[in-house]
Amino acid sequence: MIRESKRSILLRITNYFLLITGFLAATIFVTPAFAQATTPTVDPGTIPDDAVNAIAQDMFCPVCESTPLDVCGTQACHQWRELIRQLLAEGQTEEQIKAYFVEQYGDRVLAEPPARGFNWLVYVIPPFAFVVGAFFVFRVMRSWRAATPAMSADMPTVDDEYVQRLEEELEKRA
Amino acid sequence: MAANLGYGVLMITLLVSLYGIGASLYGLWKRNPFWVESARYAMLLTWPLITISALSIIYLLVTGHYEIDFVYSVTSNSMPGYLKVTALWGGQSGSLVFWCWLMSAFASAVTLRHWERDRELLPWVIVVCLVTLAFFLMLVIFFENPFARQWQLASGELVSTMTQPLGTLPFAPRDGRGLNPLLRHPGMIIHPPMLYLGFVSFVIPYAFAIAALITGRTDNRWIRLTRRWSLVAWLFLSLGLILGGRWAYDVLGWGGYWGWDPVEIAAFMPWLTGTAFLHSVMIQEKRGMLKRWNMVLVILTYDLMIFGTFLTRSGVLSSVHSFAQSAIGPLFFAFITLTLTVSLVLVFRRWEQLKSDNQMTSLLSRESLFLVNNLLFMGILVVCFWGVIFPLISELVTNQKVTVGPPFYERATGPLWLALLFLMGIAPLSAWRHTTVQTIGRAIWKPTMASFVVLAGLLIAGIRQFGALLGLWLTALVAFVTLYEFWRGARARRESRGESLPLALLRLAGRNRRRYGGYVIHLGVVLMALGIIGIEVFQTETQGTIPLGGSLTLGNYVMTYDSLAEFDTNDNRNVARAEVSVYRDGEFVGVLHPRRDYFYESQQPMTIPGVRSTLEDDFYVLLVDWQEISTQEATFKIYHNPLVNWVWLGGFVFIFGTLVAAWPHDDGEPEAMPAPRGAMVKA
Repeated sequence: MIRESKRSILLRITNYFLLITGFLAATIFVTPAFAQATTPTVDPGTIPDDAVNAIAQDMFCPVCESTPLDVCGTQACHQWRELIRQLLAEGQTEEQIKAYFVEQYGDRVLAEPPARGFNWLVYVIPPFAFVVGAFFVFRVMRSWRAATPAMSADMPTVDDEYVQRLEEELEKRA
Repeated sequence: MAANLGYGVLMITLLVSLYGIGASLYGLWKRNPFWVESARYAMLLTWPLITISALSIIYLLVTGHYEIDFVYSVTSNSMPGYLKVTALWGGQSGSLVFWCWLMSAFASAVTLRHWERDRELLPWVIVVCLVTLAFFLMLVIFFENPFARQWQLASGELVSTMTQPLGTLPFAPRDGRGLNPLLRHPGMIIHPPMLYLGFVSFVIPYAFAIAALITGRTDNRWIRLTRRWSLVAWLFLSLGLILGGRWAYDVLGWGGYWGWDPVEIAAFMPWLTGTAFLHSVMIQEKRGMLKRWNMVLVILTYDLMIFGTFLTRSGVLSSVHSFAQSAIGPLFFAFITLTLTVSLVLVFRRWEQLKSDNQMTSLLSRESLFLVNNLLFMGILVVCFWGVIFPLISELVTNQKVTVGPPFYERATGPLWLALLFLMGIAPLSAWRHTTVQTIGRAIWKPTMASFVVLAGLLIAGIRQFGALLGLWLTALVAFVTLYEFWRGARARRESRGESLPLALLRLAGRNRRRYGGYVIHLGVVLMALGIIGIEVFQTETQGTIPLGGSLTLGNYVMTYDSLAEFDTNDNRNVARAEVSVYRDGEFVGVLHPRRDYFYESQQPMTIPGVRSTLEDDFYVLLVDWQEISTQEATFKIYHNPLVNWVWLGGFVFIFGTLVAAWPHDDGEPEAMPAPRGAMVKA
């Protein structure tokens, strides 16, 4: 009977654990996709820099590692930004533009790996590890508490004790 | 001559280090203190020896010996003298020598302490320090030699070796390529030494921990002996990170101070475990608990320090394949694996001995909260570690590189940072062993009410972003709790001793520097958090191309383009310097000069922002592009960075707090807190 209940508790904990991991992975890590309406072709010169940078800030060129595309000063990155402007003028959405670059240069142009296939691991492992860690910490705390006798009920209040302790310490150092 | 001297001395230092390791082990085996003493002298000798080697490099750098590959790659005739000296850590091989020099300085300093009470630890401390030093010396001597000369093959190709290969001619150019312009900033001159100091000083607590594990002296002695080393290491690491942030803000031209770059993260990871260690070690000192965990943390910190150096030095970050091709990559990997395995095996061997002396009684006790603090720091570490290595794993498994950039880290660590802030608010009020909701409630209600007043003020001011409100409320809570702690202590002292409040405060902090130094650090974190929230949540930016006399608007700021001048300087730079006027709410507030420097030698551009800095905000202007000849039109990018200066101010307070906590006491020994006796003993 006891063994049964232990097993069910364990099962419940495992379920919670998987649920929390999945939830954390889904809510914290996966950015919702924002679809944009297609607009007609316009003169690229009328596309403001801010519109280009809004897309470029989440992209990296394969050469300038660790420098986001919107602030990279190289000629190659300048050309990429102009290409984004061109694609925006053609009426492409942010997703379509990013998809274009991914197709040409691979997933590495995105600031985050797209949540698919092997890339899922990047999003799942940290919350999974955190939940495992939290579980261990919780278990350690419980085992510590279980092994400790109950404390006296007439504990001194925090302020009294604080002043008393402080005085003791200061006395020793005087 | 100087190159041969420097290289020869390095070889001798390696031999001395290997001798020290051997002598120490032999002394242990034979139980002969003579050999251990000899090993101690060997360790002491490494510092003057590497000093000679480092001075040789500096001599070569300053006198422009461009036949030396390293000198050629990091200096040039036009560089000022002080930059030629600091170029020592401007390139890979020189920086490794500098690393060894600092390591030997710390190892030598350890040998000079009084060892009477800790004789049995000494041989193992020597072994660990010298093994680490010997590993880095081997890297320098065999793979990253800063004294290697350049030789020209008949095909015109250049090779770098110490001695002349057959069929080559000496190659001695008249000028060098010069230091990477990005590294010429004062922040970058001080930043690497600070980080290295942090890295190498963490070797000492690790060495003592390993010595304690091997000898079985797993009580608190090793922690007491290394308390100040850990704090000093942490101080330097923190300083290095803050200076690195300032450098990025001033030089990299992207309007921020932290880009979650793998190189930054490499230095950040040991800081995370080090911070967790500094908190967790208090539980062991006060309560005799978490002994195993502290061992694991100090081992992790050591190996993350090596791992950080490996990440930045092996080329693994650009491609996992370059790691396999580089000579030092696999060596680093082997060293990390070896030290981690041996260290963990030692921990498991002493597993029973490292059992806790005490039990916890309350989930709200300070030890519980410190445990949660450790969990959060480890959570951030996992995010950082995984984010850095995932692109490599992905490349290895799927043959496709991916980028794990700032959005990932910000989303993943944001909630953990907020949780840490919350803990900083309540942990100082909880007591060791036993704390209840009522006792915490009684202590915290006043600071909480004050923080709610701040929250109400923020709402009235029109702030509606949930993240900002939560973050700012938490920073207010931590600030009030910390100040309340100072007030309570000073008031108690004033009442019992009749001292004036400022005197009571001063003496209070002076008598328990660790606790109040820690609180000052918390206040520093509060100020830094204010700046971080300011720039993360409220930063705005715009970019536009404007004609002369034209203007760009961002919020209540207007910037007008007045002029642009292009000219060459004596130190081989081409400078394009714009002049812009800044208006706030229609009122003129100043002129800024954003510029772009182009370094002819290294063919590298550098964007230097024009910044109007106040405690309220920074108006940060970058010159992005301009019409080369007419300069009639120019493109500017402007950022409005609210509260960002609080990051640097907080940094000063943070460092000051660490200095207070680490400041030596008159007795020369780390301050010893009496063992807790009462039911609610505070730190």
